Amino acid sequence: MPVNLFKWFARPHALLDAGVLSMNRRNLCYVSRYNKRSLLPLVDDKLSTKRLAEKAGVAVPKLLGVIQYQHDVQQLHKLLDHLSEFVIKPANGSGGKGILVITGRDGSDFVKGSGEKLGFADVKRHVTNTLGGLYSLGGKTDVALIESLIRADPVFERYSHEGVPDIRTIVFKGYPVMAMLRLATKASDGKANLHQGAVGVGLDMASGQSLRAVQFDQPVTHHPDTMQDFSALSVPHWKQLLTLTARCYEMTGLGYLGVDMVLDQNEGPLILELNARPGLAIQIANGSGLRSRLEMIETLKSGDNAVSERVTYAMTHFSHF
Amino acid sequence: MNTARTQLALVVILLTVAGLGLTLYKHMTLGFPLLPGRHSPVWTLEAQINFDAEDGPAQAILTLPAAQDGAIVLDEFFSSPGYGINVKKQGSQRQAVWSIRQAEERQTLFYRIQLRLEPEHLTKAADEPASDKPDTPVLTEPYSTAAKTLLATIREKSSDNESFTGTLLQELNSVDPDQNTNMLLGNLTSRNDKVQLILDLLHQEGIHARMVRGLQLEDGRRKQPIVDMVEIWNGWHWILFNPDTAASGAPDNFFLWQRGGKSLLDVMGGSHSRVEFSMISQPIPTKQLALEEAASGISMVDFSIYSLPLEEQNAFKTILLVPIGILVVLVMRVLVGLRTSGTFMPVLIAVAFLQTRWLPGLVIFITVVTVGLWLRFILSRLNMLLVARLGSVVIMVVGIMVTMSILSWKLGITQALTVTFFPMIILAWTIERMSILWEEEGPRDVFIEGFGSLLVASLSYLLMTNRHVEYLTFNFPELLMLVLAATLLLGQYTGYRLLELKRFRSLIGKPLQHPAEY
Ligand SMILES: Nc1ncnc2c1ncn2[C@@H]1O[C@H](COP(=O)(O)OP(=O)(O)O)[C@@H](O)[C@H]1O
Ligand SMILES: [Mg+2]
Repeated sequence: MPVNLFKWFARPHALLDAGVLSMNRRNLCYVSRYNKRSLLPLVDDKLSTKRLAEKAGVAVPKLLGVIQYQHDVQQLHKLLDHLSEFVIKPANGSGGKGILVITGRDGSDFVKGSGEKLGFADVKRHVTNTLGGLYSLGGKTDVALIESLIRADPVFERYSHEGVPDIRTIVFKGYPVMAMLRLATKASDGKANLHQGAVGVGLDMASGQSLRAVQFDQPVTHHPDTMQDFSALSVPHWKQLLTLTARCYEMTGLGYLGVDMVLDQNEGPLILELNARPGLAIQIANGSGLRSRLEMIETLKSGDNAVSERVTYAMTHFSHF
Repeated sequence: MNTARTQLALVVILLTVAGLGLTLYKHMTLGFPLLPGRHSPVWTLEAQINFDAEDGPAQAILTLPAAQDGAIVLDEFFSSPGYGINVKKQGSQRQAVWSIRQAEERQTLFYRIQLRLEPEHLTKAADEPASDKPDTPVLTEPYSTAAKTLLATIREKSSDNESFTGTLLQELNSVDPDQNTNMLLGNLTSRNDKVQLILDLLHQEGIHARMVRGLQLEDGRRKQPIVDMVEIWNGWHWILFNPDTAASGAPDNFFLWQRGGKSLLDVMGGSHSRVEFSMISQPIPTKQLALEEAASGISMVDFSIYSLPLEEQNAFKTILLVPIGILVVLVMRVLVGLRTSGTFMPVLIAVAFLQTRWLPGLVIFITVVTVGLWLRFILSRLNMLLVARLGSVVIMVVGIMVTMSILSWKLGITQALTVTFFPMIILAWTIERMSILWEEEGPRDVFIEGFGSLLVASLSYLLMTNRHVEYLTFNFPELLMLVLAATLLLGQYTGYRLLELKRFRSLIGKPLQHPAEY
């Protein structure tokens, strides 16, 4: 062969040896087998996720108010009157669309995270648009949530271009199996979306220590905007964080779950969002495959273990060191 | 889980065995060739007669194809709910007479004939003119003088009957005809009149000439009109001329239906009558199939596609290709990992390509979607409800289609007229989806998805237009079972996609670096 194809393509059995999970396998053997269809609405709607979490006592950013119908918009003024920092987001939004982050007040004006000032009328229009379905999937009418502002833990300050970094953990049958930190960059336009250029940092399951970082599927050693070295990065409150993710299994009943967490400087780990079809990029960020870890859990004989046992299992078996 | 797998394996095996079995049975017992052949194909021609009955007795008379060497009639079939049918001979020609006591509203009658055509089926007419000279037609002034002058000029430029006819037809079809020709042509209202004028002029000149009607055979054609030709006597034999191109001799694949000037269709007790033709070729005659089946004791042909009216048969030629497109989509998504916009949208684009052909189709599609996306962005600034937004996109697509057709027609690019073959809803839906993708994920994803969709559509098109694929899907519809089996298998594939081999290639081999070694 004159051209070496294997420079661009891995041999399938090499990927198999590395325990890499394929998309087809994820869909057929995990998502459709372990996630009951009827449970999916629980995680597709942020309001129901939040209610579920609050009922189960799982920490989430506090819900300050819900605007459900157009005529409720009248009460917005009363609701926001005593609030100086909050976030308005669509319950059915995705990809960061329609999220309005207010970090302070200037008289009657609202100050956005970027420093821009908005009048009450602007905020009201944002809510009306949200209800009208401007930000929801397929344009369906939606509900606007008002929740407390998350202030990212200072450890991330030097690593984030904008926004709050989140930690994605894959939780299989209640066992956290792999985790990564997602950091927005200039290239990703402040969004923590990997295929738009956010940085994914693989995290060691035992300690929360960074393993390696990738941007556009290529390894990077420093944050492209802040130039900080990733090797010094370690996520605090690690065990508490894993425990929260593991509890999402009992909370939702979904066997294969992507849990997005944030670290608030005062509240600690909070659950931001759940995903029933989490992507596979986490494998690239971690430099290792999901499949072998998932199969380890599938072969465990004991029935449902307690949350703490599952976390301990993950920390001892899925560590890199 | 394992029982599900076993069941699936069983179904796949059953489908494969049944599909292959039926195919082989048709091939070996009924003599269906497995590959499309070129020799003596069997043609089914269907005339569809429509007219509005006048609430009383009605009669329709259709001239049937003339007996001719090299064309063996295998089967003939009349369909006529409530009509009495009578076939009578009229000289060398036969006529079918449909009659009914009481008919109202729209009437539809069918005549179908199945023939085997030898490669050299169109033989020259064997008869000779009945008289020495044709009857001279009587023309009124000023046409009579115009005709005489025209004939005189043509006579000077020609040497015999054949060259005379050729020159005359050229003159009548010239872009810049002379004054006399213009006057004669100005008097015409229909194509039939033109042929009649040609005959009159030739008769005036003392040349024996007659009208010949036939069909230009092309597999899968629907709603074709009959083609009028002119046949002249050169003193020894008859020669065919195309009145529109002045070309002499029979065109390839021309099937002669009728000689002489009798009308093709006469309807009494009805108005707005018309006759249109559909045609299709198949490897072996239906009747022979039926006979051989009767002998072998299994009856399949009665329930086969061949028993449908030709319109539907032709429609199935396309419909049966759709599963091939589906298979391509599956392979490209499940095995390769391409992203397409909408799961089976590429198949619908490929079906539209069948009408427009590939390159024009591609250009049209990209143009409409690009213009539509641009308009849609303007629209998205207005804050509006989903249904209204979708509705306006559809309306805009209609507008783009009209504008594009008119503009390109003016510019002389007739291919762009085929834009109408793209289903409007598909175009609108694509635009809507692409614009949402653009807003949510950015232009990069729009290009990736657009490229994926068009690549899959093009590959489907390539397969669907393959002669062997076309032949097999239509004549062996039982092969659908194999396609279904392949689809079921693909639905179980959990291995890597080709593009994943690239995406995850950084995960192999090298052990993970310790953070200290960064
Ligand atoms: N309460 C909040 N406080 C501060 N930032 C927030 C808050 N909620 C969301 N965000 C920001 O918006 C991003 C997306 O939020 P998320 O809830 O995951 O919505 P989506 O479904 O659109 O991804 C987060 O990564 C974070 O940067
Ligand atoms: Mg998110």
